Amino acid sequence: MADLEFLARQGFAPDAGPPKGLPDEIPITLTINGERRALHVRPWTTLLDLLREDLSLYGTKKGCDHGQCGACTVLLDGERINSCLALAVTKDGSELTTVEGLAGKDGTLHPMQEAFIEHDAFQCGYCTPGQICSAVGLLKEGHAKTREEIREMMSGNLCRCGAYTNIVDAIEDVLAKGAAK
Amino acid sequence: MQQTSMHETHVGSPRNRVDGRLKVTGEARYAAEYTAPDLAVGYVVSGAIARGRIRSVDTKAAMAVPGVIQVFTHQNRPRTAWRAKAYQDEVAPPGTPFRPLYDDKILYSGQPIALVVAEDFEIARYAASLVRVTYETEPHETDLGKLREKAYKPPKTRSGMAPPPPRGDAEAAIGAAPFKVDESYRIAIEHHNPMEMHASTVVWEGDGKITVYDKIQGVQNTQSYITHVFGLSNDDVRVLSPFVGGAFGSGLRPQYQLFLAVMAALELQRSVRVMLERDQMFTFTYRPDALQEMAIGANPDATLQAIRHDAIGCTSRFEDYQESVVSWSAMMYRCDNVTTTYKLAQIDTYTPGDMRAPGAPTGMFALESAMDELSYKLQIDPLQLRLRNYAETEGGGGKPFTSKELRAAYQLGAERFGWSRRNPVPRSMKEGRELIGWGMASGMWEAMMEKTSARATLTIDGRLEVGTATADIGTGTYTILTQIAADALGLPMEKVTARIGDSSLPMSPVEGGSWTAASAGSAVHVACNAVRETLFKYARGMDASPLANADIGRVAFRGGRMELMADPSRYVTIQDTMRAGGVDRIEAEETAAPSRINQLRYAAYTHSAIFAEVRVDEELGRVRVTRIVDAVAAGKILNPKTARSQILGGVVFGIGMALTEESMMDHNLGRFMNHNIAEYHVPVNADIHDIEVIFVEEHEDKINPLGVKGLGEIGIVGTAAAIANAVYHATGKRIRHLPITVDKIIGEKEAA
Amino acid sequence: MNRFSYARPGSVADALREVASSPAAKIIAGGTNLVDLMKYNVERPTHLVDVSRLPGLKSIEETGEGGLRIGALVSNTSAAYDTRVQERYPLLSSAILAGATAQLRNAATTGGNLLQRTRCYYFYDAAVPCSKREPGTGCPAKDGVNRIHAILGTSDKCIATHPSDMAVALAALEAVVKVAGPRGERDIPLADFHRLPGDTPEKDTNLGADEIILAVELPEARFAKNYTYLKLRDRLSYAFALVSVAAALEMDGDKVVEARIALGGVAHKPWRVPEAEVMLRGKAPDRMVFETVADRILLGAKGYGGNDFKIELARRAVIRALSQAAAGTPQSQTDKRIQ
Repeated sequence: MADLEFLARQGFAPDAGPPKGLPDEIPITLTINGERRALHVRPWTTLLDLLREDLSLYGTKKGCDHGQCGACTVLLDGERINSCLALAVTKDGSELTTVEGLAGKDGTLHPMQEAFIEHDAFQCGYCTPGQICSAVGLLKEGHAKTREEIREMMSGNLCRCGAYTNIVDAIEDVLAKGAAK
Repeated sequence: MQQTSMHETHVGSPRNRVDGRLKVTGEARYAAEYTAPDLAVGYVVSGAIARGRIRSVDTKAAMAVPGVIQVFTHQNRPRTAWRAKAYQDEVAPPGTPFRPLYDDKILYSGQPIALVVAEDFEIARYAASLVRVTYETEPHETDLGKLREKAYKPPKTRSGMAPPPPRGDAEAAIGAAPFKVDESYRIAIEHHNPMEMHASTVVWEGDGKITVYDKIQGVQNTQSYITHVFGLSNDDVRVLSPFVGGAFGSGLRPQYQLFLAVMAALELQRSVRVMLERDQMFTFTYRPDALQEMAIGANPDATLQAIRHDAIGCTSRFEDYQESVVSWSAMMYRCDNVTTTYKLAQIDTYTPGDMRAPGAPTGMFALESAMDELSYKLQIDPLQLRLRNYAETEGGGGKPFTSKELRAAYQLGAERFGWSRRNPVPRSMKEGRELIGWGMASGMWEAMMEKTSARATLTIDGRLEVGTATADIGTGTYTILTQIAADALGLPMEKVTARIGDSSLPMSPVEGGSWTAASAGSAVHVACNAVRETLFKYARGMDASPLANADIGRVAFRGGRMELMADPSRYVTIQDTMRAGGVDRIEAEETAAPSRINQLRYAAYTHSAIFAEVRVDEELGRVRVTRIVDAVAAGKILNPKTARSQILGGVVFGIGMALTEESMMDHNLGRFMNHNIAEYHVPVNADIHDIEVIFVEEHEDKINPLGVKGLGEIGIVGTAAAIANAVYHATGKRIRHLPITVDKIIGEKEAA
Repeated sequence: MNRFSYARPGSVADALREVASSPAAKIIAGGTNLVDLMKYNVERPTHLVDVSRLPGLKSIEETGEGGLRIGALVSNTSAAYDTRVQERYPLLSSAILAGATAQLRNAATTGGNLLQRTRCYYFYDAAVPCSKREPGTGCPAKDGVNRIHAILGTSDKCIATHPSDMAVALAALEAVVKVAGPRGERDIPLADFHRLPGDTPEKDTNLGADEIILAVELPEARFAKNYTYLKLRDRLSYAFALVSVAAALEMDGDKVVEARIALGGVAHKPWRVPEAEVMLRGKAPDRMVFETVADRILLGAKGYGGNDFKIELARRAVIRALSQAAAGTPQSQTDKRIQ
């Protein structure tokens, strides 16, 4: 039997060793949506929190903060990753594309964004930036051709509103049109 | 509709979402995505035990972390209203609402016990881990199965949730019936898990005033909760929820992060944001489980003789949450002898709450499973059994329906699905290693309308703005309100702006129950009609008006003009009219309410016929839902595109309910253990195959001026039952306890 | 997350020094599990050593003995889609693609995958007892919610499983883990890399706290034709295995020359029973034989209530996997029909 008395005590001791208090921030550079930025980050800041909390780029969503939902998907050096599980300091020098960086400077939507609107591939919209970044990553990877493959390769993006079939329609449409960049 | 133009109307036509661009570009802002100068961030410390008292809280180490502003606990929280009633929000069930940080009592595992407020999120999260708490534990009970004897009839009924009165003598009729089913059914506790975690950003405006961005399905519910609890006036509190990242009922009642954020902001006189973590999304409301007993008796000719449906739902120790679990059994089919009971039993959790079609998929899982079981006993096709007992009035002897095209839904759904090709014998269909099963079920949900106000403002630049305080949780409310308004004044949708999710807008109930299209839609419709009439008056009064003697019914509003239907060359433009009238804006605020007479006279429901195909690898217990056809009768469909999405979403929810979703409680600890979305299995893309949605033509003219019934709930209602029935058809195994997981398919021993 | 310092050493030697500098130092590469656990306060390192840029660990190379050496920092995606892996070790490719998601596989590394920690609910929840997380506090899973827990090799102190899919394939392929430590380099056969919980469930592996994984080496390929990775889980993708089976057969005509069978989701490590594998030698693939083999593998399996079903499920999965492997029809990771 487990020690249920354990439950009656809660909380951790503060970290004993260095660094005390607010540690020095570490300088890094990131190219975010084409713009090179010199930033100072604390070691525990994730890419997701950096984007949202520090840079006010709220397009990238926090849906679980644990790599379980895909809402925070961004393209890191062209590959899709969960930004919630990436410490910013470890990505020094990388190139990052978020949903804010997909449309053209003139506001022309990326074909995937267009397709999502046309196929009604979202409802509440909260998973949508992650879905779209993920789908753009999927196009580049080139491993998914059939609906079945799209479904499997998009399974890292949860949609609680249940827009899955429309998401697959949208991606299939973009694939068919060969509109991938 | 007043619109009699030959031109295509927006209402009834598929339209892309008007907020689509904002959502695909990441510009749509949700509750945690507003900022303010000097914004502080709160992080909730969650309790570990299920019942007892907090013996001590030590916040010293947390307070010592540089950047920590304050740690709130029950010991130092600011004073709030002392009466429990002040915490009762617009949709609270009877009882004493949970009051965060109220005292040292622990009412459930995961209860918020402290709020750490710091300069930023990471500091707050770290400091929260340093809050030291000790507890005095008391015995808890979280196992509904052990509480059958302690079930009670709620002394105070939640409005509309009383089980219907019995009719005939069900007990005797069941006893006498030559064919009967008498079984127990259960579902699993489910958590809503919208993709956006609950969050509130409270902007301190100075002078005791706050602006609150809340994840809520009703901004005015949040507003009145705040004013009652914190003793503020409506002028001090403005609540906004322009975008809500899903809710499914979890945002009907103000949740504890709102209380904590407002409390901290008022006390610190500073803007504060609190966003919950995903594991904390398992520390408030959920879909309750219920112990259900269902008996059905029938004659050899397959006519139902009796139905008995008893349910014991779980609730918390502090509120009597109630939902409609058994009432469907009294209404769905023609049957003279029906008795239903609905009781509650208290477990040590937070109060359960409304989750997509609250009660309906729970009760309908029992009813529609039992009907399926009965069909095999009678050796009649399950669809024929339903048609044989089709209720032309509520339950066969009650009120007439405002409209009911379920028969057409059965027919169209069956045709598209290919139901007639079904071999009725279980285990008779196979492809490769997989057994194939076809099952069906019916669904119903009440078509409601709630009193709602809306404002419409037409300006001389030809733009129309409509507003009401409802919400769009992904349902498409922005889009349908835009369509309704555009049609009323004959404007292109680009000229119309719908504003919602703002407590300063005209009164609206919470967004829920599938009543929003009917309620907010009707309100916008009547407000726009008032503008239309004023405008027309000006038009008639213009010098040499071509419409001088026209009747408004013979005038078409289109393309920014009012023109005679009989002779479209005779017209005036909106702008000329307003200029001539000397006005640069025409505004109207109107209220739409349901017709009480019709409500008394008629019963109004949406219906569905849902057909499911499953493929089961019996040896390995894998069930795949490969095809769903859902035929829905829901009155007027305002936007077939967003409407279809609503049904798709409900069906996906139902697939999750049937196969994967289950909040697993450790009864020793009194704690949900799979409190994350890696282990609480919401369906993923790979789980969802073909879903076809059919909207049956259904003329509806009694419940509201638009003839709309609502679609948010009906998609889920019969889905789990249809899948369970398909699993039976595939395997010959009747699974009466959801979800249908691997273990239940393979059983303990080798399958037959 | 707690407070910690951060270092990004430029060489393996420097990394080893950094790791040795603090008893609560942790190595981070992809971070997909460590950062997750740090947010739950399950891991609270005081020093983080970022090895993600160490030179020489990001490539896949021939070993010279006909095998393949996969650098510790090769991403799961790169390993799964590498043409040499796909052609010579398709079992490994399939297993990797059965796990996690495209996003996670892009970030997760080969070394990190081996070191991922259990998904036991209790381990993950810092508010409740767990002897793996806090030695001596006991195992509430044993009489709690244990649907996902182990049926083989459990101890009184822990019934957690190892969650990796990749490691299961590597176990079947008899890979070797190359590690470096203060006393030089050494090889750990995969079978000995992970350990059973015993009295020290806090230790997942036999890797020293001061050691770093350099690579995983695969011996010469023998199982590229008759193999499968069959994973059974609670939804059709993005879920950890309830039971998985890596099966690899070397066939001579219709006779089995050599068989390898490793199970995932059933124990604290990829589960192999060499005695059972030997039973297939010289036999023609046949369900009766497969059943005997499955029974031998599951000898001594024990359920804890919620996971009782796993014993029968694992048995059936072994049988099915062996028939897939024998027939040369490996399980597709996208087509959810099971062959």
